Amino acid sequence: MHTSIDKRRIVRIEEIVPETPTVRTLVFRDDLSYGAKPGQFLMVWIPRVEEIPMSAMINSKKGYAAVTIRKSGIGSTALFERKEGDLIGLRGPYGNEFVLGKNYKKILIIGGGTGLVPLLRLASYASEKKLNITIVLGARTKKEVFFEKIARKLLEHDRSSVKTCTDDGSYGLKGTTVSMMSNLVRNNTFDCVYTCGPELMMKGVVDLANQNSIPVQASLERYMKCGIGICGSCCLDSSLVCQDGTVFNGQQLSKILDFGISYRDKDGQKICYS
Amino acid sequence: MNIGDRNHNLSVELDNIPLRNPTMLASGILGISQSIFERLYRENIGAVVTKSISVNPMKGYPNPTVIPLGGGSYLNAVGLSNPGVDAFSKELSHNKSIPIFISLVGSSEKEFSKMVKTFDGLNILGYEINLSCPHVSKMGMEVGDDPEAVNKIVKTVRMNTSKPISVKVGVGTIDVVELARVAIDAGADIITAINTLRAMSIDIETMMPILSNRIGGLSGNAIKPIGIRCVYEISKKLEVPVMGCGGVSSWKDVIEYMIAGASAVQIGSVLGSSGPKIFNQITKALKNYVETKNLKNISEIIGIAHKY
Repeated sequence: MHTSIDKRRIVRIEEIVPETPTVRTLVFRDDLSYGAKPGQFLMVWIPRVEEIPMSAMINSKKGYAAVTIRKSGIGSTALFERKEGDLIGLRGPYGNEFVLGKNYKKILIIGGGTGLVPLLRLASYASEKKLNITIVLGARTKKEVFFEKIARKLLEHDRSSVKTCTDDGSYGLKGTTVSMMSNLVRNNTFDCVYTCGPELMMKGVVDLANQNSIPVQASLERYMKCGIGICGSCCLDSSLVCQDGTVFNGQQLSKILDFGISYRDKDGQKICYS
Repeated sequence: MNIGDRNHNLSVELDNIPLRNPTMLASGILGISQSIFERLYRENIGAVVTKSISVNPMKGYPNPTVIPLGGGSYLNAVGLSNPGVDAFSKELSHNKSIPIFISLVGSSEKEFSKMVKTFDGLNILGYEINLSCPHVSKMGMEVGDDPEAVNKIVKTVRMNTSKPISVKVGVGTIDVVELARVAIDAGADIITAINTLRAMSIDIETMMPILSNRIGGLSGNAIKPIGIRCVYEISKKLEVPVMGCGGVSSWKDVIEYMIAGASAVQIGSVLGSSGPKIFNQITKALKNYVETKNLKNISEIIGIAHKY
């Protein structure tokens, strides 16, 4: 039946935070987005241009949330170029969420780029529960590193730590998030690994966690038309990212053949990640 | 409990094709993936209808393409996005046991003929010709509103296959019963009624139409009484097997469509709130209804309303 999350809300962009030359965070007031669970997404309407699924970013003000957009396609570029005061539409939040096990004490969070959005929301929940959190923040190069300040702020009261790495070594440690994870799991015992970012990165993280028998959860991204289980665009094998995800665990992902291999294009054809 | 027990007393025949139960997936919903069809089959669906397939891949319209309107109704203008005949025949090439109708859409006899020639060797039950999509030019309803075009396309498909053909009709400018009659006279075996109805939704804050295509098709609870009327009229006047479609969200709606004259009932929009498990829930409830009403088989209720 119809639930209130389906009802489109029109919100005003109240603040725009530049993160990198191609990434911006747009802040708005919306109670449902404020209360989104980590891993849930919004269908964001850019009037007369597009509607795109976007993870709900946290904001420090009560009742507020945000979306963090990387300029790439028609929809994301149009959203990136919105000004303060512009109106956008929201439905959702939809989908499931990252789960923090009751007994978890120490967790590892691995994110790349805008994939950090649901992970920061998770870190904020985990930090309230006083968990020991390690965040690995990866990027190709220095100018693509963002969210480090907000990550450090979220974890400042804990024994937790934020580690950065870049592929070219221009900032933080040189190397990929997966190589960093490999070092971390050798010297630490984590109750769970959480990841979101480019799919091939997540595939590396999930495989490594599975090999080391560490529980792992990943939030997946796919093209969507509806966000509510009708269009089928977001399917991986027989799973729908919108309804069954966005979060899948390591056991599920080890059985999903499409994971890290292929996605569906706008016309529904399977396209392989190269 | 095995699958056979789950479907005890629920089997129906659709133009001599046995289905284990009358529930079907409506075209346009989740219909591009063999893995999803297999999941739906595990959820005890009777048969599936694929998304409408065209000769060439179609990207469809930009989003928004699907809008939940509230009250179990939806508006969509997806724009017939589909992977095209070649990619889709590959998708279905390993199908063994899933009962599948392929929905076809096109604008010329040549296109339909090419598609049927490609698909006919696959392990499928038959075809559903989409002559009623209300929001794409030169396809769907623009063809369906032209009886001569309907006649030619159905005859072309008939010439290229011995498998059952259903024609999906909608509420356009031609009376639905007349359109169904043209389709049957041209060689169709089954009628699917109805498609979505042309509709629109405007956001009052931005004062803009929400769908990128502005106009789309209305589905869900709002259109069910219209679907029931069409199924009743077509099945009563033409005495042909009908697949009912439009606003089915519960087992009660399946029963109502069958009493109106449907031999099978397609389910679509409700998956937006319930997910694939709805087929398992509905078939369980249908079995319960059959037992409560002391029926030998659910097919006994098909068209009972024709008496009135």
